[in-house]
Amino acid sequence: MVVDHAVHAEGLVKNFGRVRALDGLNLHVDEGSLLALLGPNGAGKTTAVRIFTTLLKPDGGQARVAGFDVVKEPDRIKAHIGLAGQTVAIDEFMTGQENLEMIGRLYHLSGKDAKRRSLELLVQFDLTDAANRSAKTYSGGMRRRLDLAASLVILPPVLFLDEPTTGLDPRSRRQMWGIISTLVAEGSTILLTTQYLEEADELANRIAVVDAGRVIAEGTSDELKQRVGGDRIEVAVARDGDLGRAAEVARRQLSSDVSIDSHQRRLSGPSRDGTRQLASLVREFDAAGIEITDLQLHRPSLDDVFLTLTGRQAEEEKTSEPSRRWARRAS
Amino acid sequence: MASVTALAGTRYRPISGRPAFVWALLDAMVLARRSILETIRVPELIVFVAIQPIMFVLLFRYVFGGAIQVPGGQYVNFLMPGIFVQTVAFGGVTTGISLAQDMQRGLIDRFRSLPMSSSAVLTGRTVADLARNLFTVVIMLIVGFLVGFRPGGIPFEFLLGILVLMGFSFAFSWISAFVGLMVRSVEAAQSFGFIWIFPLTFASSAFVPVATMPSWLQAFARHNPVSVLADALRGLFHVNPALTAADTRWALIQSVAWILGILLVFIPISVLRYRRTTAR
Ligand SMILES: Nc1ncnc2c1ncn2[C@@H]1O[C@H](COP(=O)(O)OP(=O)(O)O)[C@@H](O)[C@H]1O
Ligand SMILES: [Mg+2]
Repeated sequence: MVVDHAVHAEGLVKNFGRVRALDGLNLHVDEGSLLALLGPNGAGKTTAVRIFTTLLKPDGGQARVAGFDVVKEPDRIKAHIGLAGQTVAIDEFMTGQENLEMIGRLYHLSGKDAKRRSLELLVQFDLTDAANRSAKTYSGGMRRRLDLAASLVILPPVLFLDEPTTGLDPRSRRQMWGIISTLVAEGSTILLTTQYLEEADELANRIAVVDAGRVIAEGTSDELKQRVGGDRIEVAVARDGDLGRAAEVARRQLSSDVSIDSHQRRLSGPSRDGTRQLASLVREFDAAGIEITDLQLHRPSLDDVFLTLTGRQAEEEKTSEPSRRWARRAS
Repeated sequence: MASVTALAGTRYRPISGRPAFVWALLDAMVLARRSILETIRVPELIVFVAIQPIMFVLLFRYVFGGAIQVPGGQYVNFLMPGIFVQTVAFGGVTTGISLAQDMQRGLIDRFRSLPMSSSAVLTGRTVADLARNLFTVVIMLIVGFLVGFRPGGIPFEFLLGILVLMGFSFAFSWISAFVGLMVRSVEAAQSFGFIWIFPLTFASSAFVPVATMPSWLQAFARHNPVSVLADALRGLFHVNPALTAADTRWALIQSVAWILGILLVFIPISVLRYRRTTAR
């Protein structure tokens, strides 16, 4: 078996009536890495996941998962993947343990193995105390954990997580992030979709920004940030008279490309070595007797990246309504 | 707070080398168990499964029983077979509602992503609903007996009647399964599920003799599977002296034909539909 990439998609197209959910999607996930598919509501993330997990057939293009073709070998794929879909798919009336055992049986583990594995997962996901309670009584975070545990029953070579933290409180979200990071650290291959830029930043080895069914940018978090100009350091000085001297210091420390806003008594310049430069700037200002009122390192967020990307796109062609809404919220 | 440090667990090997039909059965059993657990654990369902049918028996027996005249027999004896058929027909609607619910909750998506048999979700559910309907019928038999229902004939005929009734229950569950998979929402499964059951059960011989209806309705009511089955049961239970042995045999043949016809159509189209369906 030739496993080039754990997930590999070329030119995927999927239409729902008049809606083109995927419009030539290309992406690949390297083995042992996490790719975040980042995009607004309606971008086509779930549709892509459904094609990879063989729930939907593409109208065009090709995709391979764990080395198997999604259209020709769906049964082989199913034995190699785990899916935690966008909605928590657990049976409310069964206990946590019963849920996991059922999934184990449906992966065709023996009854004994299904039980052993479910007990193992309950411990790992901190659900032992609730193991014999019906899932109906679980909190949102516990449900998500149980749902994720269910997708890990066979320790699948490739894992699909569709918006695994949507709707969770910040604390439960952090907890999910911890679990997902651990999975990646231990060598899992994961395709994760998210609407949260922060989440992709935190978890992903690589990020594919998707909008209107197409990947519009791809790379590491840093690479994407570079596209909007990288880190910048901003300084505000207390006295008008200090602005010129401060700019001189900044030019020496940062680069000649320092912009000055005399109204606000602020200046900013690109930074290659963020925090260390902050420290030396503080020392130099101090030595020169320049009083500063504000000093910050501005790291472009993925919000900036997305706005830069779709902002440009919005001028060229009509952006779909959902992304417009999302962009407004993100700004 | 979970402090997940290591997730690398034991990788268990799936059982291999079993033929597909064995897996279809085993997977269906796993899922039938799930559905039965749900029935036992949800209090509202117990109301639907046991209390509502008992109320129907008592209401029809004592409220309408005095007003409705049936030729040559007691109304309670005429009524009970009709109530059985009506109950299992309504019971079948839950099949579609449960499937629509599973779909909404993303469970069908999860099941479809597993390397399991693609008919098991449907067979598991319909078989569980069959068991539930049998339980309901047994309760109604007991209550019916207490209020004067007295089937005649030999035990074989009685058991054959129950068997055909269960076949009908199973067939209706499959129609309902298809409806549930098509509409994909619980609310729609509820309304679409019942909307066709009402005329079918009430414009039939289930509660009143067809001869009392206007003639345009009689044509429909006579060929309606609910009527056919109710008449077959009345014949087999020997509770309607107006039915000859030949009438009973004919009603029985028609009932079995309906059941087989429905299963032959709805099992394949439901499984096909299941294979392509996803939650919205
Ligand atoms: N089953 C479906 N039927 C019709 N349209 C759909 C269906 N699933 C998704 N869509 C449409 O396809 C587009 C992409 O949806 P989706 O993949 O769910 O996006 P995302 O997961 O990124 O929010 C949306 O416009 C959505 O309305
Ligand atoms: Mg989605």
